[in-house]
Amino acid sequence: MNTDKYISNVVKSIPPSGIRKFFDLVTSSKDIIALGVGEPDFVTPWEIRKEGIDALDRGSTTYTSNLGLPELRIAISYFLKTHYNLAYDPEKEIMVTIGASEAIDLALRALLDDGDEVLVPEPSYVSYAPCVTLTRGIPVFVPTDEKNNFILTPDDLKSKITSKTKALILPYPNNPTGAIMKKEELEEIVDIIIEHDLIVISDEIYSELTYEGKHVSIASLPGMKERTILINGFSKAFAMTGWRLGYIAAEHGFIEAMNKIHQYTTICAPITAQYAAIKGIYQCEEDIVKMRETYDKRRKFIVNGFREIGFDCFEPKGAFYIFPSIKKTGMTSQEFCEKLLKEEKVAVVPGDAFGPSGEGFIRVSYAYSIDKIKRALERIKHFAERIL
Amino acid sequence: MDKSMEIIDLLCENSRLTEKQIATITGLSEEEVKNTIKNLEDKKVLLKYTTLVDWEKTGREVITALIDVRVAPQQGHGFNRVAHRICQYEEVKSVSLISGTYDLSVEVEGKTMKEIALFVAERLAPIEGVLSTTTHFVLKRYKKDGVFYEEGEDDKRLVVTP
Repeated sequence: MNTDKYISNVVKSIPPSGIRKFFDLVTSSKDIIALGVGEPDFVTPWEIRKEGIDALDRGSTTYTSNLGLPELRIAISYFLKTHYNLAYDPEKEIMVTIGASEAIDLALRALLDDGDEVLVPEPSYVSYAPCVTLTRGIPVFVPTDEKNNFILTPDDLKSKITSKTKALILPYPNNPTGAIMKKEELEEIVDIIIEHDLIVISDEIYSELTYEGKHVSIASLPGMKERTILINGFSKAFAMTGWRLGYIAAEHGFIEAMNKIHQYTTICAPITAQYAAIKGIYQCEEDIVKMRETYDKRRKFIVNGFREIGFDCFEPKGAFYIFPSIKKTGMTSQEFCEKLLKEEKVAVVPGDAFGPSGEGFIRVSYAYSIDKIKRALERIKHFAERIL
Repeated sequence: MDKSMEIIDLLCENSRLTEKQIATITGLSEEEVKNTIKNLEDKKVLLKYTTLVDWEKTGREVITALIDVRVAPQQGHGFNRVAHRICQYEEVKSVSLISGTYDLSVEVEGKTMKEIALFVAERLAPIEGVLSTTTHFVLKRYKKDGVFYEEGEDDKRLVVTP
């Protein structure tokens, strides 16, 4: 049967993920060292896993309220207050989602009508633009530049705003660049956001993985809480990717609108994960700190390693990726990655998978042991000696 | 964290890290790393830099046995004398005093099972103070020193994810 004619035009218009293509290539290879993963190498801290097991043991296998367990929302409110000095009412301004991914989708669906434009700084996480398109909105890429440490500058932002611009996705700390936006840098774009009456969808999933200083949420700046849909989750900080648990903090009106969609499409996040996450917030602070310290060591090691081999490498201050430039090789990102995979059996992700400005870069994850990173660096050095 | 401990942890993970690499990771100067390591070696905190080998893949026959030994403690010496005596054999890779039913746990390496069996019968068992031995041959290794022997066991993630 020719299914193609039945598939919606919108779905057909979305390009397949550049990562997916590369994934197929990598899985057909053997003995590779993969530095391509976007998730922690740690297993979920034991206290959290145990609570998940206990929840099942107690027979907690039901739906929860659409917004999520009240105790979890209180815990999230406590977390946001103690970590980022943000005050959200757990009853009205917080909802629990299936990962930050659902949260992004909900925010866009709640805000957009046909033809509304959403600004998407790039390079950035692969799903923003397709989610905008699926909602019948129009994604407008805002290129960021290594010269500016891959932050969103006021000029970049202004240049892409039109009368149809409704929202801005703010993806910091950033996947794939590892860039963060400091308080001063956020302050510089606030006036523009308010002046043009934009809503910010702030994806702060890597907030706890910020090195050299603390993460600042744009929602904490004057006048911004009311126009920010703050997205975060448990995947990265608590090493809980497979539990699929995220959350949104925003004005009550936004939460109500998003909850309307959520109740019809997913009902609620899994109850096991919700109970486990409560434990995580109250009892696993030490684990978070330990994991962050470990990532920080690897970060210094791998950045230095790439620089010594001869690649220009922007110093990332967040997440667990580095984004070195491979421009001096004369190859495209795809060519570089395919060649590196074929000749040295190291898998990294081509930068252009994250937007056109990622061309000439590669994303290298350091969610791996020092031992593994060291071996990968040796292979990359070997490779570079031939091509540089 | 104590910087010496940090260096020890890194060397435990990979003892071939250079002083320069350790300096980058810890934020110490190369000189400081060098001195700390020297100091740890002098104090015999760092005893040896070893390699973990999967002998099965080399073609060389290496048989390992874990031997539980019961020992009659001696006045004034406890188990030490017998332990030191066992340590003298080069086939013996490790000797530890353990709690529980047995007193010493001895790891012995040899080329064949017979060689090890003879070692136990002719050298180990006759030692004065040794009451009994129970030999366990290692048949297959799954994990040692934190390292998984089978590929893919240590990392269950997909190789590339967004």
